[in-house]
Amino acid sequence: MMQIPLGHILVLSSLLFSIGVLGVLLRRNAIVIFMSIELMLNAVNLSFVGFAQSMNSLNGVMFIFFIIVVAAAEAVVGLSIILSLYRSRRTLNIDEFNLLRW
Amino acid sequence: MILFYLFALLSVLGALGVLFLRNPIHGAMSLVGSFFSLAAVYVMMQAEFVAVIQVLVYAGAIMVLFLFVLMLLSLRDEGPSFIRWSVGKVLAVVIAFGIWAQLALVLGQHDPEALVPQIVSSGEEVDSIKLIGQLLFTEYLLPFEAISLLLLVAVIGAVVIAKRRYPGSSS
Repeated sequence: MMQIPLGHILVLSSLLFSIGVLGVLLRRNAIVIFMSIELMLNAVNLSFVGFAQSMNSLNGVMFIFFIIVVAAAEAVVGLSIILSLYRSRRTLNIDEFNLLRW
Repeated sequence: MILFYLFALLSVLGALGVLFLRNPIHGAMSLVGSFFSLAAVYVMMQAEFVAVIQVLVYAGAIMVLFLFVLMLLSLRDEGPSFIRWSVGKVLAVVIAFGIWAQLALVLGQHDPEALVPQIVSSGEEVDSIKLIGQLLFTEYLLPFEAISLLLLVAVIGAVVIAKRRYPGSSS
């Protein structure tokens, strides 16, 4: 089986990461912003797999294991925060949440 | 090789769907598609363990959680889904393109294969699940225990944050 060149994998990873950044900066729905963060985490995972494949090492795979567990924990806590925010304000629009703004 | 480009295109399209689709539920489904095609890419990179975890945890658990929350909230139409500030829009595009251009520039100037020290393969299968398990319970034992503690804390924290406080009950 032919190995996929590392450069192509890294280009794909950087594209996904930039789309995630755009989603975080442009969208107003809190859940969509959260999904964009998950997308950025996935892009980083992809580059980890690319380097692990190219270095023929398992340490990258171990890192991905831990990143995915942290992402799952983050999703659980973040979604419960979003849920309680929705209960108090009846909206998910981030422009309405100015509690911490001066 | 053609399959790699096909699935790479699919994952980028799914990501663009998250960015542009107006309905958050459609965005979540498109993100599931993106995660599935990333799992296919992992299979092509001989990282089967990561692909299985990707499908089980990301496409399975996390996205189902997102969809549950989206359906619990049953969102009505909230008007324009992008930010209103037009200078901010331009700034966001410039920042995102800047990040991408920086990454592409670094990758274009150096051959990325040259950045990686070439380790001679010991003849073993790189991504065998048996090896991963052995590594997890020897070299990475402390991080493993720490991450299990983190999961416990996250579960308790989620229950405490999302618990509904009925009026009249002593909180």
